[in-house]
Amino acid sequence: MNAFARPPWQRWLLKPAVFIVCLLPLLALIDALQSGTLGPNPVEAVLHATGDWALRFLLLTLAMTPLRRLTGQGIWLRLRRMLGLFCFFYASLHFMTWLGLDREFAWDGVLEDIVKRPYITLGFLAFVLLIPLAATSTKGMMRRLGSRWRRLHRAVYLIAVLAVAHFLWLVKADLFEPLLYSGLLVLLLLARGNTAWLASRAGRPVG
Amino acid sequence: MPIHKRSAIRNSEITEQAVWEDRRRLMKLAGAAGIGLATGQAAALVSGPGKQPTIPGVRETGYGRGLTVNDYADATGYNNFYEFGTDKRDPARHAHTLKTSPWTVRVDGECERPGEIGMEDIFAKIPQEERIYRFRCVEAWAMVVPWVGFPLSALLERFKPTSRAKYVAFETLYDPEQMPGQKRRILDWPYREGLRMDEAMHPLTLLATGIYGERLPNQNGAPLRLVVPWKYGFKSIKSIVSIRFTETIPHTTWWKLAPREYGFYANVNPAVDHPRWSQKKHRLLGEGLFSGKHETLPFNGYADEVAGLYKGMDLRKFF
Repeated sequence: MNAFARPPWQRWLLKPAVFIVCLLPLLALIDALQSGTLGPNPVEAVLHATGDWALRFLLLTLAMTPLRRLTGQGIWLRLRRMLGLFCFFYASLHFMTWLGLDREFAWDGVLEDIVKRPYITLGFLAFVLLIPLAATSTKGMMRRLGSRWRRLHRAVYLIAVLAVAHFLWLVKADLFEPLLYSGLLVLLLLARGNTAWLASRAGRPVG
Repeated sequence: MPIHKRSAIRNSEITEQAVWEDRRRLMKLAGAAGIGLATGQAAALVSGPGKQPTIPGVRETGYGRGLTVNDYADATGYNNFYEFGTDKRDPARHAHTLKTSPWTVRVDGECERPGEIGMEDIFAKIPQEERIYRFRCVEAWAMVVPWVGFPLSALLERFKPTSRAKYVAFETLYDPEQMPGQKRRILDWPYREGLRMDEAMHPLTLLATGIYGERLPNQNGAPLRLVVPWKYGFKSIKSIVSIRFTETIPHTTWWKLAPREYGFYANVNPAVDHPRWSQKKHRLLGEGLFSGKHETLPFNGYADEVAGLYKGMDLRKFF
């Protein structure tokens, strides 16, 4: 489809509108903080909310390709980068909340946590791996890296597995929520594997 | 008794000494005049918002004088009580389905006089007192709660435990209709806890019937719960229906679920980390986003009173 054939709302409204929607979780958190409805343990509340949203945006990002396949609409792919960057944004808030408010920048404790406690090791690794993906998300970097860009950004699958494992491992007894996210991730990966397999068949020279 | 460091004491939390001294004098007069204590005046130092019936005739003790008590809303809105859901806010939302009256507790096992005791009997026969204790959760948060209750020993002695009674085992109510969280097998219901006999008879070990001078709200373990202030909060079992003297160490819920993470003793100990997080510090509920954590003390600050119970034991092994 020719880009100029898109309806005007897609050209001018779609991205700004989605951008604002993606900011709503943060605004809700700030509002709760100011009105004192975060409860008696606000650090934990902020830590959990930012972590939840980082994971949700990660899964949303991974849902764009299957959605394009399902609907035949290219519109989804135009949102993928923004959703990925919002995942990084909430993951950064999550990491900074942990580092600053929870660990209080006590570096020996931070190192001990990262080395000794597997769920923190996994979460930390997922966050570190997100950094190069966020840094190479511009059109310029895509061009410069060429085919290596695609290979680099496959790290997102590893990140998603790490993030879900991070959640599973920190829960005390009730695995319902982390298992829900794990299930969604498996579905998304299956949908994607299916796509890749179909694409590889389609790309095979005929005869 | 060691005193928790807090920067400021909220004025709203403190009853002026003159006021409570006055109140006490009035109550003595009322008692002498045969007016009785059912007039709604509590003797407890810390009063609640009136959401639950006031417990009459609460004797004041020196326990915890000087500690800054948490807000009632914090103590009743942030609870681990998986029988009503696993979110901290779930118990306050869902515990209304629990029927706490009538309520009886069965006491049996290695004792001469096994039997049952109802809540009315408990209130009629055992004097109620107020104790302000630090409460430290294994999840590294803490609060300060003004409990109303009585030493566990006062109840246990009535049933004459024999020399074979080495441990005391407790059970929470099991009724998925009243406790909808029990419909999911998150834990091996009913919730079970236990103490060694000397821990159970220790004067700090409390059976609580109330907080802030009022009956326990359901989410805090109504109508009767254990409070062991030098142990992690999960030892302080809620909504107790069964107490049993045993010769062998009882099965306890979290210990059986994850023995590497939760021990039978579960004494508060900053030197022994939970495998997944440090126990060196804790966050005090009700403080802001940017207020720091507090150092956790051995035995939650009650070492002078209870360290002797564990003399010669390797607390890294028996955590």
